[in-house]
Amino acid sequence: MSVLLRPEPVAIRRPDTPAPTPILQMKGVCKGYGSGVTRTEVVNNINLNIREGEFLAVVGFSGSGKTTFTQLVAGLIKPDKGTITMEGEPVTSPSPDRGLVFQNYSLLPWLTVRGNIALSVNSVFKDWSAADRRAHVERFIDMVGLSHAAHRRPHELSGGMRQRTSLARTLAMKPKMLLLDEPLSALDALTRAQLGDEILKIWEEERQTCLMITNDVDEAILLADRIVPLNPGPSASLGPAFTVGIDRPRNKTELNDSEHFKSLRNAVTNYLVAVRQKARATEQAATKHLKFRLPEIKPEDLTRKGRAIHNQPPR
Amino acid sequence: MNWRGGLLRFCEVAGLPIFEPFVRLAAGEDKKEQFVGIAKYVLLPIVAIALFLGFWAMAANTVVTDSAKLPSPKATWDAGAQLIAMHFEQKQADRLAKQEKVGEAVRYMAEAKAYEEAAAKSSGARQESLAAKSLSLKKRAVSAVNFEASSAPTFIDQIWTSVGTVFFGFLLATVVAVPLGVLCGMSPWFNAALTPFIQIFKPVSPLAWLPLAFIVIMWYYAGYAAGETYFNKAFLISATTVCLCSLWPTLVNTTLGVASVDKDFINVADVLRLSWAQRLFKIILPASLPLMFAGMRISLGVGWMVLIAADMLAQNPGLGKFVWDEFQNGSELTYARIAFSVIVIGMIGLVLDRIMIFLRNLVSFGNPAPA
Repeated sequence: MSVLLRPEPVAIRRPDTPAPTPILQMKGVCKGYGSGVTRTEVVNNINLNIREGEFLAVVGFSGSGKTTFTQLVAGLIKPDKGTITMEGEPVTSPSPDRGLVFQNYSLLPWLTVRGNIALSVNSVFKDWSAADRRAHVERFIDMVGLSHAAHRRPHELSGGMRQRTSLARTLAMKPKMLLLDEPLSALDALTRAQLGDEILKIWEEERQTCLMITNDVDEAILLADRIVPLNPGPSASLGPAFTVGIDRPRNKTELNDSEHFKSLRNAVTNYLVAVRQKARATEQAATKHLKFRLPEIKPEDLTRKGRAIHNQPPR
Repeated sequence: MNWRGGLLRFCEVAGLPIFEPFVRLAAGEDKKEQFVGIAKYVLLPIVAIALFLGFWAMAANTVVTDSAKLPSPKATWDAGAQLIAMHFEQKQADRLAKQEKVGEAVRYMAEAKAYEEAAAKSSGARQESLAAKSLSLKKRAVSAVNFEASSAPTFIDQIWTSVGTVFFGFLLATVVAVPLGVLCGMSPWFNAALTPFIQIFKPVSPLAWLPLAFIVIMWYYAGYAAGETYFNKAFLISATTVCLCSLWPTLVNTTLGVASVDKDFINVADVLRLSWAQRLFKIILPASLPLMFAGMRISLGVGWMVLIAADMLAQNPGLGKFVWDEFQNGSELTYARIAFSVIVIGMIGLVLDRIMIFLRNLVSFGNPAPA
């Protein structure tokens, strides 16, 4: 990791003080698919501590194992090596404690906005009274500003509204930790910015532990307390954390002019680009000596003379 | 939603694009555009049908043998009108016969009452004979009231028998195929066990199944007289044959639908920690309904096609039997009637298909299938 480019000394504070108590801890987590020679390590040796109440963003290129990473944290897949613990308990299966907001919303198309949110509320808070659950559902529909569309089905909603529904569905489960898997990447640029602001607003009210996986550095800086780059896969691992250190509440337009913001963005971007270049160089070096040597064979005419050959091309 | 939106949505869901331009026209949308729609969905089919009728009439003049000729469109139409008129005449006659019988019954009852009163006044052997007379009159009254006209089923009766048979067979097939398909979709092991059966039995023709269905029904109903059983034997044989043939598309499509439920929906179920039953009824079944209904649509189509052949062989008094009987009768009207029933069979098949499209579109949100 000596190629790390730091173009200028910027105020990047490394997390040198030991973290208070991590709510989620990943130690030496590896995950790969296939076996033997066809095996590819998708993520390799992931170590991460997420603190209570912090907003952590993991930034990486497409195809660098972001989805595998999220699924590992959510408990949808099990690590091959290493451990993931949440509040000291090992993560073995998905749980409503780690509320996952899916990249492509994953709303059930046969349920309305209200129905989708009610499904999760009803299955997580089974012991509540029906009236309490209903009120809870309405509160979260209201929170994401979809009261006017609560009776609509997902196919009648815009992308932004769908993602808001998905967000409300997850928030309504009252998870201890929120997992956002590229929550904005399927949206157009304008909706993206708007919904980003909304997520920020909701988070600043609730102050919930939040892990966001994204490919957008600006978005990560705007939302997160810490940014951890995901080195490009195969065998992706996490890079050093960048502390954002911008006061909240944050304002996007103000940030655009902030020197700190710009230098931080450059630092993260340059780091990612440099790591990718290095990965490519290694890959090239690895494949260089594997050049195929062509066998010395001359083509020979195998047609027998005086025999009709069907489908022979005209000469 | 306003009436226009509602109607347009209905056209889309019901797979009836033919009405769309009319709805838009009635709502006062751009006329030119709607006329293009009308030309496409109404005028063009009319022209095509007119051309077809022309060729048909020409063929009818050409295809002539010593004993019979291909019926012309006109002859077919007349034969059809006659069949329908015959139905109403028959029903009218039946109604009259029934009325007459009911009148008879009333008369018998009055007489019986008179005898009863006379019996109450007298005594000894005379009273006994009067009471016996009254009793026998009452019995006759009851049998007269219960009279059902035993006329042969008319063409329209036969249509209803056919539709009833196909729906019964289709229902049986669905009741068997959907649970099996869900099991196959959820368990690759179960699927592997069932695959040979599906592969082998799927392509079997109804005519091959029928004798086997016949022997099973005969065994089951052995020892019953004709009127004693709830279902008619021939009806059950036909329906079972329909069931055996229309099972497979539903089974295969349900398996596919259940097995290909979006992984994200399963992830949602995992995160919410739904129980097995909740997962099945709240996620897997709703998600696989569109494909399931697509399969059921094919099944109903296959069932209707098979039914005609099954009716012919099982002598179930449906359209198949009608065609067969007409063919055996060999009157001069035979071929015109058969041609008419071919068209009726086609029309009913079309209606059944529309119904299934409608149901399928109702359960596939935001993704209606084209007609």
